[in-house]
Amino acid sequence: MAKAKVATTSLCGCFGCHMSLLDIDERILELIELVDFDRSPINDFKEIQGPVDIGLIEGGCANEENVKVLQEFRRHCKVLISVGDCAINGGIPAMRNMVPLAECYEEAFLKGPTVVNPSGKVPDDEEIPLLLDKVYPAHEVVKMDYHLPGCPPSADTLWAALTALLTGKPVDLPYELVKYD
Amino acid sequence: MSPESAAFVTGVCEALDNDPTRLLDILLEVEAQFGHVGGEVMDLIAETLKVPRVQVEGVVSFYAFLHSEPRGKVVIRLCNDVIDRLRGADRVAEALEDELGIHFGETTPDGLFSLEHASCIGMTDQSPAALVNDVVVPSLGSSKARRGIQVLKEKGDFDELQKLLIRDHGDGNNAHPLVRSAVRNNLRQPGAVIFGPKTKPGAALERALAMSPAEVIRELKTARLRGRGGAGFPTGMKWEFTRAAGGDERYLICNADEGEPGTFKDRVILTERPDLVFEGMTVGGYALGARQGILYLRGEYAYLRPLLEHVLEERRASGLLGHDIQGKPGFDFDIRIQMGAGAYICGEETALISSMEGKRGDPKTRPPFPAQEGYLGKPTSVNNVETLCCVARILEMGSGWFSSMGTPASTGTKLLSISGDCSRHGIYEVPFGITLREVLEMCFADEPFAVQIGGPSGQMVGMEAFDRKICFDDLATGGALMILGAGRNVVEIAAEQLRFFVHESCGYCTPCRVGNVLLLERLEQILAGNGEAADLDYLEQLARSVKTTSRCGLGQSSPRPVLSTLENFREEYEKLLIEPVDGQLASFDINTALGPAKALTGRDSVHFEQQGGER
Ligand SMILES: Cc1cc2nc3c(=O)[nH]c(=O)nc-3n(C[C@H](O)[C@H](O)[C@H](O)COP(=O)(O)O)c2cc1C
Ligand code: SF4
Ligand code: SF4
Repeated sequence: MAKAKVATTSLCGCFGCHMSLLDIDERILELIELVDFDRSPINDFKEIQGPVDIGLIEGGCANEENVKVLQEFRRHCKVLISVGDCAINGGIPAMRNMVPLAECYEEAFLKGPTVVNPSGKVPDDEEIPLLLDKVYPAHEVVKMDYHLPGCPPSADTLWAALTALLTGKPVDLPYELVKYD
Repeated sequence: MSPESAAFVTGVCEALDNDPTRLLDILLEVEAQFGHVGGEVMDLIAETLKVPRVQVEGVVSFYAFLHSEPRGKVVIRLCNDVIDRLRGADRVAEALEDELGIHFGETTPDGLFSLEHASCIGMTDQSPAALVNDVVVPSLGSSKARRGIQVLKEKGDFDELQKLLIRDHGDGNNAHPLVRSAVRNNLRQPGAVIFGPKTKPGAALERALAMSPAEVIRELKTARLRGRGGAGFPTGMKWEFTRAAGGDERYLICNADEGEPGTFKDRVILTERPDLVFEGMTVGGYALGARQGILYLRGEYAYLRPLLEHVLEERRASGLLGHDIQGKPGFDFDIRIQMGAGAYICGEETALISSMEGKRGDPKTRPPFPAQEGYLGKPTSVNNVETLCCVARILEMGSGWFSSMGTPASTGTKLLSISGDCSRHGIYEVPFGITLREVLEMCFADEPFAVQIGGPSGQMVGMEAFDRKICFDDLATGGALMILGAGRNVVEIAAEQLRFFVHESCGYCTPCRVGNVLLLERLEQILAGNGEAADLDYLEQLARSVKTTSRCGLGQSSPRPVLSTLENFREEYEKLLIEPVDGQLASFDINTALGPAKALTGRDSVHFEQQGGER
């Protein structure tokens, strides 16, 4: 049987969820037995190569590029999983949802205490993705199949979920893996 | 604050013995005087009553009829209930906004007018309706609304407006010199119990006083009387529990908060049969061993208060209230009226008690039940207006007479408040056990498509239920029956009803406070044409969670509009659904999401063209 394909990405996240994935430690060797990685920060592929079995999404959507990547993942991935509180709720970045966008731009590019911007204008460079009106959780942009809560979800949680999906078993997360106090 | 104003405030407090449990009455009086309860006034009240300032502010912010900011001299509150909206309230709203040049929630710069929305004001049989200050204006069309505003602007005289708005008085006691209201009773079909021939005040009491309190309660049990306020709890049993609770101080409360949208039967009882209500309360006082009865009257019915006070005076004068009533030594009982202040949740009995105790109208945790620890911590029975009328009639005519009507488990008659798409809106007193079809024929509903039974907390049923019976074991109802004709969008109506619950939730517990908002958002998504099949499962699951985990009856019944329409009108939802493309959600619109950033940066998107889709 061909190995399953896994793709991962960090949208508006801090990479903490990816770090947590690396925390599976030596089990990564077992994982490599089970899967090949398609697009992922782990191999630094910039584009999805082909059909993917499982996509892991860290972070919500804060800008146009996040949306583009997420939609692309949805098109190519059979199963798509929101990993971590940013993907599920918007997380810390969504705190800006209380602030009008104009003020966010102002603080970032015009008035912030460390800003040096002689032009006095909000940059219109295409390299800087346009921000969305607010930060959206992944499931408000595309259909998501599973949600793995945690900030980040622990390595054991990720491991349990991934191996269950890869081996066709029901995903059974014991209480200790999804409790946070 | 001027010294005179301060003196007024302390005077109001003083008149109620600086009693913090009377905070709601104090605030209502202060609001009536100043048009609002400002910050300094709250400070003064808190200081005078020796309560934390936050308690005063909490109460002010809780009720629709209390305000911390000044408003116009004339406050127009347009009812935005489902039925009113089906019957053109939105056009009236536009006309008002246009004439006054302000939006709802605003006050004109000259400080003359404020526009507000009100949840159902109990006039769905003569909708659209509005409250102009305390005055009820039924059957308000948009041209009448415009004319009213113009007259008021020209003359600047509220009395002139009142004359214009109330050119004709309603029928019956609506024309009573103490009422003088344009409201109509629309009593279409009187029955034997409530609207049967009027009897002499005191007739039921005379019979009751010839029995022991325990015998009175047994009489209610033999009649198998069940509460008419919604839950249908056996009244005799409730009184027995209350009487059996310890202590020698007990209370009887008549729940006249009638807030369930589409219900207006208690309004007509209070207008035409106030004596019967007070008679039932007095019998209750005797049966329970209570010395004090309280009628909690919803603020929207304030126009009935002078009449009710007058009837109470008459009863005191003829020895039906007061000391040694009807010559029965030691039987002392009197009744006071407590005004509500525009909060649906206060109809829930424990919230009602909180409200009467001068607190926010938050429901209490049960147990203890009111029968054990109710008003001021004393055993209390809360009974609906109609229930208490039944009590009086049972005592007067006998339990056999009463239980010969209706069905074995639902005895007697029931008042139905009928509104919506039929030609004869109004009150029908029918025996329990009548089929829905018979009712629909009675009120000339031509093309009924769906019927909302029991208001938003009840259920929405379709044609296949028309042969079911109206009674506690089948189609139970507190009295509201809203008829929706062919062409009505039941999903839109479910959303409208959820908006009502979102607005009226007291906010204490999360499932109700948050869950209903989420349900509403998803419904709105479906209505906007962005829903997919999975959304219906989501709605069902979430609705069940809200229903099972909410703390009081409001949250437990708030998802019913969604659940009952999903059950009975699923195809109406399915018509609105779309097939998702590539797993992308239709509800996410990239153009809307990017609009503000495009404007702020002055450039277009690199990835998305204006028409949607990728470049
Ligand atoms: C949200 C909510 C609102 C209610 N509103 C009313 C009301 O307006 N009038 C009423 O009599 N009962 C209302 N009830 C029911 C009361 O809690 C209580 O059961 C009733 O007054 C008892 O009287 P009964 O036994 O005579 O029916 C309401 C209940 C809930 C949960
Ligand atoms: S969920 Fe936590 S760890 Fe994961 S991206 Fe968000 S902030 Fe980082
Ligand atoms: S269910 Fe709703 S109304 Fe009842 S206590 Fe909870 S929040 Fe308040």
